[in-house]
Amino acid sequence: MAISLNVNGETHEVDVDPATPLLYVLRNDLQLNGAKFGCGLGQCGACTVVVDGEAVLSCVTPVSLMEGREITTVEGLGTIEEPGPLQAAFIEQQAAQCGYCIPGMMMTAHALLRKNAQPSDQEIRDALMTNLCRCGTHMRILAAIRRAGELMQQAGAPQTDRRAG
Amino acid sequence: MRVLMRVAAGVLILLLIAAVGFFALAWKGEIEPVAAVDRAQFDQELIEQGARLAAVGNCIACHTVPGQPAFAGGLALPTPFGTIYSTNITPDPETGIGKWSEEAFQRAMREGVDREGNHLYPAFPYDHYTRVTDEDNRALYAFLMTRQPVNSTAPENELPFPYNMRMILAGWKLLFFEEGAYHPDTAQSEEWNRGAYLAEGLGHCGACHSPRNRFGAIDPERHFGGGEAEGWQAYAINTESPAPIPWDQESLAFYLRQGWHEHHGVSRGPMAEVTGNLGLLPDSDIAAIATYVASVMGEPDAERQARAEALLAEVSQSQSPALVDAAPAAAAQPGSAQGDGAAIYAGACAGCHDGSRPQPFGGLPFSLSTAVNAPNPQNIVNVVLYGLPPADGEATSVMPAFGGVLNDEQVADLLAYMRERFSDAPAWENLVELVARTRSGEHKVAIRPSDGIERGPENVGASGGAED
Repeated sequence: MAISLNVNGETHEVDVDPATPLLYVLRNDLQLNGAKFGCGLGQCGACTVVVDGEAVLSCVTPVSLMEGREITTVEGLGTIEEPGPLQAAFIEQQAAQCGYCIPGMMMTAHALLRKNAQPSDQEIRDALMTNLCRCGTHMRILAAIRRAGELMQQAGAPQTDRRAG
Repeated sequence: MRVLMRVAAGVLILLLIAAVGFFALAWKGEIEPVAAVDRAQFDQELIEQGARLAAVGNCIACHTVPGQPAFAGGLALPTPFGTIYSTNITPDPETGIGKWSEEAFQRAMREGVDREGNHLYPAFPYDHYTRVTDEDNRALYAFLMTRQPVNSTAPENELPFPYNMRMILAGWKLLFFEEGAYHPDTAQSEEWNRGAYLAEGLGHCGACHSPRNRFGAIDPERHFGGGEAEGWQAYAINTESPAPIPWDQESLAFYLRQGWHEHHGVSRGPMAEVTGNLGLLPDSDIAAIATYVASVMGEPDAERQARAEALLAEVSQSQSPALVDAAPAAAAQPGSAQGDGAAIYAGACAGCHDGSRPQPFGGLPFSLSTAVNAPNPQNIVNVVLYGLPPADGEATSVMPAFGGVLNDEQVADLLAYMRERFSDAPAWENLVELVARTRSGEHKVAIRPSDGIERGPENVGASGGAED
């Protein structure tokens, strides 16, 4: 099945089985390896991307549903030279240890901060409830998300979703 | 003319007598307030017994706003007649039941009347609580009066005329309320009677699991015949149970104890609070409730039993640890509803629900699912849109919400496919409309974790309008 995907502002044509998880297409067909395979069951959050503003678990999302939707992956939040506010905050707070869960954490946080620029700690915890980190950097992740909210406010405008990865 | 006058006068007098009689019945006096109740006056053992009984009664679920202090009231209870707000049952003297004597508490449980003599709305299930013994009420009183007092006043009920007139409740009681303690059935075992006492009294299972008439009263003809609670279907738990694998005493006891069963899946919606609360009960009480409910459900007939055995054999065969075979139906043509539903199922659901991981962390095979086999698809719509939120700080089952990914038509396609593939029951109708009403919040759904309402955020998983 031929599907047209809009990822980080760019259009890609792929020809895959409609039931293929979005994660596989991102990683295998588009070489966007930011989103990670964790459990493959939608339970750990490592594969989280943002679709039309909502945090979505790409390992349990059939790609056939993505036609015409706007997909953002962690690559869409900034570049190595020019990290976006979330990426800058995670670096500043040294919020990663092994780093495997971090792209998912960032994307869930991104969806949250787009709706609510100054979330309370409880709101951050609620939003990240299904993102698991096994290294135990939770407190730094919380700090990084608070910091990202500040950076976004200082920048004055909500971050765009359109930077190519 | 004179005859007519006489008849009219006679009618008038009869009406007057009826009115006086009704007023005498309806009028309930105030019970004198008591000064601050001293915690030390309650025996610790009595308080602990009260805690277990409060868990059976699930008091906390209605008398707590999620995330707020326990028993402080204020939770909105939508009813067909308007919105009723639960009251503060902490011992705060100003806003709670701090001035209530034990006598006032006993009367409220038995007659549905507050300390000042106002009739209570049957959203407070005194039609069940009237069965509770004086001893158990004493323990409940001791438990509640030793909670932390919280100063908090519930919002005013939003009930239109005439439902805002509490006096009409006297009429309701006259028609539908049967006051009085539980009478043991001597033909049954002690365990059965214990279970019946708990289930029909404090446990008030039938408050959700029985259909109600247009006056909001439980239809006695259809005891345990299935009802509704907080936007969820409470399945029939009598002979009409839609469970593909018939329940028995053992599976019920396991489910009530653990909150899941390998042939039935995990408890969710308001039932998750119920099974979470029952954790405080001794095994003997859980077993008693299961014995009673299993006897109401009855033995399945040979045909149903044979079908259940065939289903279980089929499921155990397909649950090999080998790679999940999600493809058979996905081969259907995309573009047709069935094709779309099959592709969504294969990509989104099969990984867990056709997998080899056992319950409660794996998904239930849908051929065993009551939700997929039930006459009304509301529960499966709720779970697809909002998922199952995890409990805090413990290993629990969790299902992601798919409301952000699937639009209304896609949810409907998926469910139509699942119904066709996993159930012999007729197709559901008006699925798209039902999904849209659930998503918009027009049909309100409570989405909560299983580990205690006061720790649950108000709106786990539900988007925007799902709560008000």
